[in-house]
Amino acid sequence: MAEAISSKRPKNGGGLSETARDAAARPLVRFEAVTKRFSGFAAVDRLSLDIHEGEFFALLGPSGCGKTTLLRMLAGFETPDEGRILLDGEDISGVPPYRRPVNMMFQSYALFPHLTVEGNVAFGLRQDGLPKDEIAARVKEVLALVRLEGLEKRKPHQLSGGQRQRVALARCLVKRPRVLLLDEPLAALDRRLREDTRFELMDLQSKLGLTFVIVTHDQEEAMSVADRIGVMNQGWLAQVGTPPEIYEQPISRWVAQFVGDVNLIEGRILSVGGDGALIESAGAGRLRVKQKTQAKPGDTVWVALRPEKLRMSREPPALAEENSLAGQVLDIGYLGDISIYKVRTDKGLVMKAATANMTRLIERPITWDDRVWLSWTPEAGVVLTQ
Amino acid sequence: MFAENETPPRLAALADPPLKGRDHSRTWPARLVVLVPYVWLIVFFLLPFVIVVKISLSQTAMAQPPYIPVLDLAGWEGLKNFFSELTFENYVLLFTDSLYLTSYLRSLEIAAVSTLLLLLLGFPIAYGIARAPRRWQAVLVILVMLPFWTSFLIRVYAWINILQREGLLNDALLMLGIVQQPLVWLATDAAIYIGIVYSYLPFMVLPIYATLEKMDESLLEAAADLGSPPWKAFWLVTVPLALPGIAAGALLCFIPTVGEFVIPDLLGGSEQMMIGQTLWTEFFTNRDWPVASALAVVLLCLLIGPIMIYQHMQTRQLEGAR
Repeated sequence: MAEAISSKRPKNGGGLSETARDAAARPLVRFEAVTKRFSGFAAVDRLSLDIHEGEFFALLGPSGCGKTTLLRMLAGFETPDEGRILLDGEDISGVPPYRRPVNMMFQSYALFPHLTVEGNVAFGLRQDGLPKDEIAARVKEVLALVRLEGLEKRKPHQLSGGQRQRVALARCLVKRPRVLLLDEPLAALDRRLREDTRFELMDLQSKLGLTFVIVTHDQEEAMSVADRIGVMNQGWLAQVGTPPEIYEQPISRWVAQFVGDVNLIEGRILSVGGDGALIESAGAGRLRVKQKTQAKPGDTVWVALRPEKLRMSREPPALAEENSLAGQVLDIGYLGDISIYKVRTDKGLVMKAATANMTRLIERPITWDDRVWLSWTPEAGVVLTQ
Repeated sequence: MFAENETPPRLAALADPPLKGRDHSRTWPARLVVLVPYVWLIVFFLLPFVIVVKISLSQTAMAQPPYIPVLDLAGWEGLKNFFSELTFENYVLLFTDSLYLTSYLRSLEIAAVSTLLLLLLGFPIAYGIARAPRRWQAVLVILVMLPFWTSFLIRVYAWINILQREGLLNDALLMLGIVQQPLVWLATDAAIYIGIVYSYLPFMVLPIYATLEKMDESLLEAAADLGSPPWKAFWLVTVPLALPGIAAGALLCFIPTVGEFVIPDLLGGSEQMMIGQTLWTEFFTNRDWPVASALAVVLLCLLIGPIMIYQHMQTRQLEGAR
């Protein structure tokens, strides 16, 4: 799988885990063992999570994992059956949505059809009882921010999809909420518009210094916009971390498989030491993985390897016989910028390797049924114990 | 693409597109189909209306039919005589005799108040049905329409039974201790209102329900999210969006109610009459067809405004849906 087209430049200049810096600070939003049941089925199951101020947080997961329910609980449309939700240290579990300093951008935009763009954007401010001229000034300011000047008098049915989305966004931004929630905002857009809107959202978020929480099932989207991602599965968090952490250091096979393509090789730990872990596997021989692991000799583990980390060549690798396999090309998937090769190793394991198409298709050096060698560095894999 | 001696595809076929692409309404079979309801409406609605207008311009006579002149198509003389005998005196009578004016005003007043009562009762019902779980909505709508499956006249008669001195309403009130003595319901304005509201309720409920049902629920969530408590969201979002339905329901009730006859006749008193009753009296009791016809024509003129507004709204809604 190709990595995200653009990765998020860290705001403070680098470091994988920016949150370590803020660990001492109180989180803006805290979910404490929150549970929500629908007809006996737990959509959210004893979930705890911290979201920090100023971060762009993504809730990523397959359909039905509970991410939208979690978002709606934060907005106030659902109340948790168990647990608490804290905002700025205060319990807001019982506070109705119209009293929370939280605003949501709906997937369907939910623009009021009987109001103009101006009316829609000013709606929230009118509820706050602000004076007329201040409302007008703030509406004007935010419409300029989302580049909708000149469209104030139009009604929603006279706008394009992208314009409607910006009205929905403006409607939330104008209230300057503590947390802005976005429910699958890019789902309805085509690819080009999606990319442009992604940049706009990231831009707005860092410019205004707001806290965004986005819900999505598109991992590419989550990886490109988010500071941290919470990967959800059936009501609980499978992993929380920055995009590189999630992608390169998944903590379970499920996360490894959900976020991008991955090769999983089952094996047994032979030894663990300064040089990393040595694993014996039936399908791939002896593997060395230079990652910290809690596993002990004798444990069954899985080595997770991303397809793009595998080097493929016609000649056997020059280095040691660890981390290399011989096999035959089973199938090739051409994706334009990269090709994915399915290789059946001599020991019977089927692995996926991805390489950029450095040459044109007609000049492709490796083709079906070719004998190839796959190799990778000890740093390329991760040992998974669950 | 083609060899020199090959004939190109039949371009002629492209010049005359198949029926599929053409505008259907211009073809003669389409016009024929549209002609059928046109003819029907002309023969059974327009023509009778023209006859009524003609009778309203005639004078009463002790004859069969009880008016003169009778249209005699034999010869030009007959036609000239015919037109010379037409008169506007019936209309003059209408505007000078206070009986008729009072009757019109009373009808308008009762219709207006009934429409208001229907709105106050009908909107909550429509709202309740729209907010009910999906699988119940069809059942509830059928329940609202169920009374229509029985005869209108019989239902109004049933109300006589309920509203009479020893009727069900008084029994209930006495049992609940709300009153000590049975009240008089029949032959009062209250009875007329009860009858009208009962009979016309579906006409108010269904258009409002249709509009509310189309409303996106996430709009109310959005309103709440933006700081609007439920009661405010109701007035700022639900009601404005329900207005087309409310207007349609109101007109659908108001227009027929003005000309109501059965309900005021059976349930109401006889001192003050609605226009429907007045018309009936003129026609059957006084055998004054011309005046009765004039009453009908004026009634229609009164209602042309609301009818046109209703038509305009419906057309706009259809266009909006496209």
